[in-house]
Amino acid sequence: MSEREIMQYDVIIVGAGPAGLTCAIRLKQIKPELNVAIIEKAAEVGAHIVSGAVIEPAPLDELLPGWRENPPPICVPVAKDELWYLTPTGRYRLPTPPQQNNHGNFIVSLGAMCAWLAPKAEALGVDIFPGYAASALHHTGDGAVGGVVIGDMGIDRAGVPKDTFTQGIEIHAPVTVIAEGCRGHLSKQLINQFKLDQHSDPQNYGIGLKELWRVKAGKSVPGLAQHTLGWPLDSSIYGGSFIYHLDKDRIALGFVVGLDYKDPEFSPFEAFQQMKHHPMIRNLLEGGEILSTGARAIVEGGYQALPVTEMPGAILIGDAAGLLNVPKIKGTHQAMRSGMLAAEHLAATAVASSAGFDARLRNSPVVKELHKVRNIRPAFYRGLWRGFVAAAIETVTAGKLPRTLKLHADYSALKKLAGYSPPDRHWVERNLPPRDRLASVYYAATEHDEEQPIHLQILQPDICITRCSEEYDHPCTRFCPAGVYEMVEDSNGKRLQINSANCVHCKTCDIKDPYQIINWVTPEGGSGPNYQNL
Amino acid sequence: MKILVGIKRVVDYNVRVRVLPDGSGVDIDGVKMSINPFDEIALEEALRIKEAGKAAEVIVISCGTDECQQQLRTALAMGADRAIQVKTGSALQPLSTAQALLRVIEREQPGLVILGKQAIDDDNSQTGQMLAALWNRPQATFASKLVFEGEKLTVTREVDAGLETIEVDLPAVVTVDLRLNEPRFVKLPDIMKAKRKPLDVIPLEELGASLASNLDITRYAAPPLRQKGIRVENAAQLVQELKNRGLL
Repeated sequence: MSEREIMQYDVIIVGAGPAGLTCAIRLKQIKPELNVAIIEKAAEVGAHIVSGAVIEPAPLDELLPGWRENPPPICVPVAKDELWYLTPTGRYRLPTPPQQNNHGNFIVSLGAMCAWLAPKAEALGVDIFPGYAASALHHTGDGAVGGVVIGDMGIDRAGVPKDTFTQGIEIHAPVTVIAEGCRGHLSKQLINQFKLDQHSDPQNYGIGLKELWRVKAGKSVPGLAQHTLGWPLDSSIYGGSFIYHLDKDRIALGFVVGLDYKDPEFSPFEAFQQMKHHPMIRNLLEGGEILSTGARAIVEGGYQALPVTEMPGAILIGDAAGLLNVPKIKGTHQAMRSGMLAAEHLAATAVASSAGFDARLRNSPVVKELHKVRNIRPAFYRGLWRGFVAAAIETVTAGKLPRTLKLHADYSALKKLAGYSPPDRHWVERNLPPRDRLASVYYAATEHDEEQPIHLQILQPDICITRCSEEYDHPCTRFCPAGVYEMVEDSNGKRLQINSANCVHCKTCDIKDPYQIINWVTPEGGSGPNYQNL
Repeated sequence: MKILVGIKRVVDYNVRVRVLPDGSGVDIDGVKMSINPFDEIALEEALRIKEAGKAAEVIVISCGTDECQQQLRTALAMGADRAIQVKTGSALQPLSTAQALLRVIEREQPGLVILGKQAIDDDNSQTGQMLAALWNRPQATFASKLVFEGEKLTVTREVDAGLETIEVDLPAVVTVDLRLNEPRFVKLPDIMKAKRKPLDVIPLEELGASLASNLDITRYAAPPLRQKGIRVENAAQLVQELKNRGLL
């Protein structure tokens, strides 16, 4: 192999989500002479973005005054909030917690919003490279991060270059901004390498699944933002649904489950499909059609899990740092604010430098906001009802009580099969589409060239058929929302089959696998889902 | 020799295409758009011909709104030397596209025109054939192999019965099939270089091509949903079920 080609930038940003794009736009607004590039593994900007999403508009006002005259393609002001507690067939209206008051907020498609932000960044001179995956980090001689290495393309399953082999280049920059979103594979490496989490609690995660529907005319009430708790989950599982009514008879609905669930037989995908069969939601969807589906892990650890966000040559922003505000069920405003903060920091010195960013972030409203709500999510470790009481106390006292609850790692929460019996969740027979995960993945339009190395690395494959068979009965075959993992039995015995082409890049397997032997790495650039308006 | 390659901006092949509820068209809101895959193969072949020293310049052309410049830039990043956008307000039908291409051919005098065999959006498979007729030059459609021999081009075609090999005089129109080649990946620095390559915009009116549409599209509809399958117990029942449906 020849020496890799090198491109040099002043700042290289990994990930064209709300954090990365905001950072790039702000950098060019402050210092137009900077050379800024964004690398994005999706074939198009927005194609790997899944979010609710109700957003707070303040950071957008700050970044792009006047955006309201020319808003993103899907942007409906929230007209009304509703929170429901569901039983298998009934429902009770709950008061909307203050954090979830969405007056003045907007329902958007975050994917469409990113696709709308990208040309604004490009107009300022930012080079955006969708379809290229930052597969590795480049380190300088002194061990600092010096940029990224773009993945090679055209390699077959066995790792041998094909006729179309194209060597990835290196992009060098004084500072690399990691804006990969939740559980990015470079973030994971950097957090380990620089021990960024040695003084913080383990990160906590959730999985969010989403579908976009076109419902029968008249059923959607544009601007209505509904949330539900309760059924189909039992009270030991943290989670709930969102139902956002958009324009043009469209409804965005989704389901979020804390990945600290204990039941090894639990399937978040199945829970989401169950939720759609509650009379309240079924009535909305019947007669409609699915337009798009997607899934993504969500970072939930907040303040306690916040790693150090700077290291020599690189910084973490947005969900890569873990800035989502769980009680608000929102991360976009935090991502954008951290992006602007990063830009201001990097533009302040002649040559961009990561030094001092972490302190700047911690003294900003971004982390103050997380501190205030730090005890709400872990309060739900002990179930929904105790969580409610604790959350109410934390809310009333605005997080000023002198205590901070500890977090534990999600994968460690899973119980072994022996001695665990799940509660009866009163799940029903389903008939709304999609029938199963394969039918669902169809609407995610995910695509991977099957002739590439499998991007889901099993570090100790023997564990799957030995210990895991006995202890957990292969939870990967249930927590994956895309049916990537399958146990098959043939003449050679039982083995794990990885249908990597189905992967929607949600990262749940990397998080929830109880042995921590699944390592998600980036496949060939441009692979993965092709989400539309999620 | 110059090679002219026609490319069309189409809905990406991974996208689940959906008919608009009122049947007026296909929903392309927020949908990924790409170079028509057959046109990408056409471009790849032109680049390989140039790299083999048999052509001096590869020109890519697309007829469409300004959005098709995105695909022209991708083609330039793949290695085309320059691009031409024939600017139109709306999508053209095959005959109008062929007429527009003809006018550009008269200006550029290419020795070879390579197009995809069809676009994956409307699947017409007409533009290449119409262009050859209007230009009064030979055509070689559905090509899976091209070999130059002096002033002639030997083309292997994919036909219903298998493969057919024909020889055409140049200049000619070639439309390409899937198995001709596998297009290259674009290298990142080439995207930057492509930004500086020339992209000329010619308004359709300036070419004097007719926009008259000779096809009326009345309605778009999704194919009927597949009926649920049934499970048969044995061969006899299978035969009976097929007979019941008039299939045997």
